[in-house]
Amino acid sequence: MTGAKIIVECLKKEKVEVIFGYPGGAVLPLCDALYDSGIRFILTRHEQGAAHAADGYARASGRIGVCLATSGPGATNLVTGIATAYMDSIPIVAITGQVATHLIGNDAFQEVDITGITRPITKHNYLLKSTAEIARTFKEAFYIAKTGKPGPVLIDIPVDVQKGESDFDYPDRVDIRSYKPVYNGHPVQIERALAMIEGSKKPVILAGGGVISANASEELRTFAEKTKIPVALTLMGLGSFPTEHPLHLGMVGMHGTMYGNNAIMETDLLIAIGCRFDDRVTGKISEFAPHAKIIHIDIDPASIGKNVSVDIPIVGDVKNVLRQFIENIPKTNTKEWIEKITAWKEKYPLTYKNADGLKPQFVVETISEITKGEAIIATEVGQNQMWAAHYYKFKHPRSFISSGGLGTMGFGFPAAIGAQVARKDKIVIDIAGDGSIQMNIQELSTAVSEKIPVKVVILNNCHLGMVRQWQELFYSKRYAFTCLKGKQPDFVKLAEAYGAKGYRVSKKEELKKTLMKAFEYNDGPVFVECIVEPEENVFPMVPAGASLKEMIGGLA
Amino acid sequence: MSDKNQQHIISVTVENKSGVLARISGLFSARGYNIDSLAVAETEDPTVSRMSIVVRGDEKILEQIYKQLNKLIDVIKVQDLTTEEHIERELVLLKVNTASSNARNEIVQLVNIFRAKIVDVSKKCLTIELVGSKSKVDAMIDLMKGFGIREITRTGRIAICREAGKEK
Repeated sequence: MTGAKIIVECLKKEKVEVIFGYPGGAVLPLCDALYDSGIRFILTRHEQGAAHAADGYARASGRIGVCLATSGPGATNLVTGIATAYMDSIPIVAITGQVATHLIGNDAFQEVDITGITRPITKHNYLLKSTAEIARTFKEAFYIAKTGKPGPVLIDIPVDVQKGESDFDYPDRVDIRSYKPVYNGHPVQIERALAMIEGSKKPVILAGGGVISANASEELRTFAEKTKIPVALTLMGLGSFPTEHPLHLGMVGMHGTMYGNNAIMETDLLIAIGCRFDDRVTGKISEFAPHAKIIHIDIDPASIGKNVSVDIPIVGDVKNVLRQFIENIPKTNTKEWIEKITAWKEKYPLTYKNADGLKPQFVVETISEITKGEAIIATEVGQNQMWAAHYYKFKHPRSFISSGGLGTMGFGFPAAIGAQVARKDKIVIDIAGDGSIQMNIQELSTAVSEKIPVKVVILNNCHLGMVRQWQELFYSKRYAFTCLKGKQPDFVKLAEAYGAKGYRVSKKEELKKTLMKAFEYNDGPVFVECIVEPEENVFPMVPAGASLKEMIGGLA
Repeated sequence: MSDKNQQHIISVTVENKSGVLARISGLFSARGYNIDSLAVAETEDPTVSRMSIVVRGDEKILEQIYKQLNKLIDVIKVQDLTTEEHIERELVLLKVNTASSNARNEIVQLVNIFRAKIVDVSKKCLTIELVGSKSKVDAMIDLMKGFGIREITRTGRIAICREAGKEK
């Protein structure tokens, strides 16, 4: 069997149903083998789009996303997408073509050292030297991507390796002596943690993306409800606990809720589950959760104790550890604590001043209302992302798809395409900004030709809004390079030029009707451009590097 | 207890594959950890290499280095030998000027005292091989400076844990 055919067989063994990619000289044999393989190939219009689409597919489905690119520029165009997946621990397998083995190192046409380039942004990567290695490598790559702390794995395959011949023998199991993730929490640590929870008067759970990747939302909910411990979320944790649950504390950190951040500042026990204490969550680290003991549960030992000192570390799969917790529910009495938090919630709710004009927050609220929290929401990065995080009422895990760690503008649209491919049963909406959407707008062509009915709601404020907000607050309103007034394309015409539907809304009264019309359209992508208040800010806000108690603006 | 400049010698066993050294050195540079020296070679098992890495850092940094190294798929085991009984050695080759026969005699005497070896002789210089602990190597180099050192090459420290005392 040829190497290319072996690759296709490996993909089938891994039950890959779709590949996002772009052909090129160094993947010609593989593309030829895929052509009539039965595996769906979605041709993106840029390799970055392919990587993000594979990522969105993985986030929405919990399965491994696969993307493909040729050598050289094809491979380097994947880099931002791979880094995005790496920062958020998303399992993708990226396949790249490489120049023939005898040319490697010769600065051949379209040659780059992509394993070298992606070494710090992949969980692991491979450069194949022979056809015989393909099967074992694919087995390992898929295993590594999905197990332990998930992450992207890249396989670089020289064109002659794709053409070479070998037997196909797919291993049943993987045994990597140097890679043995720990899945169960150590019983002694579990016992200590439970005792500490019993002794706590003001406990708070802080749930992150790890809860979602471990499919542990149900366990989280059971544990929180049985112990009556309120649940704060990181951005990556959104969806892991329902927004409208009485124990929900909202997102914490730089744009956290006032009550969520207050709870962090006052808690005596922080139970961190599958999160990694990013600086956007902690603010000034020395003043983070100053009265709290910390229990930290994570599959990745390196995440524990990296940013904050931890009293009880528990290495393990979040789902397993929560189950171990649930077997021995500690006795807690959080009545007074919950009362205090409820009072904060009433006093400092997440809110904005609605006005005659169209407010971006109102747009998100309306989307939430129409879809009843059942949609999958992808976001770009910036204000659009924060408003989506604040005002969409999430009900389910894997319904918020956003670049948290890397903060990649241009992520949302291709990721939404991937998510829609994975979840045909769901409405998938990309909440975008007028800046971000233009970073991967070419994927309109992909969505149109594949009839992928993604909805893109552009909150057009004619600015690179989040940077403009920082300039307003911290740079004396010197709006360096952030004003796009009069420099925007006509998004409706642009959508139409690609063969997509386009709508524009500038009045509050028209919003709901237009959105509903757009959401009902299912033959392909649709753009809804919302002309929103140009200088609306995201509040509350903690300035970068400040303590979480230094919050600016409860009311916009 | 938490000295930022505390030196540690860590022993890392890794898969003997191409690219592994780059993964390790890349990790150190990306995370801003300093390597004082690094020595690597195959072990008794040809599929495994051992790296001896001398690093500086307080406890917190060492803990992160330990965890981050373990996170690499190709890393089999990481051990901080500084925390246990161990033997460490470094090999140095140095060329020293021998301007006069007096100098030459003096150098030969020092070489004997240090139990070093002369491995190459020319009219104007001697090449000395010395194996020892870091302090011994440093002391030798210091003494040779007076004669004029032409060139030095050092392996960096390698180490192995002591078995004596461990056996029951």
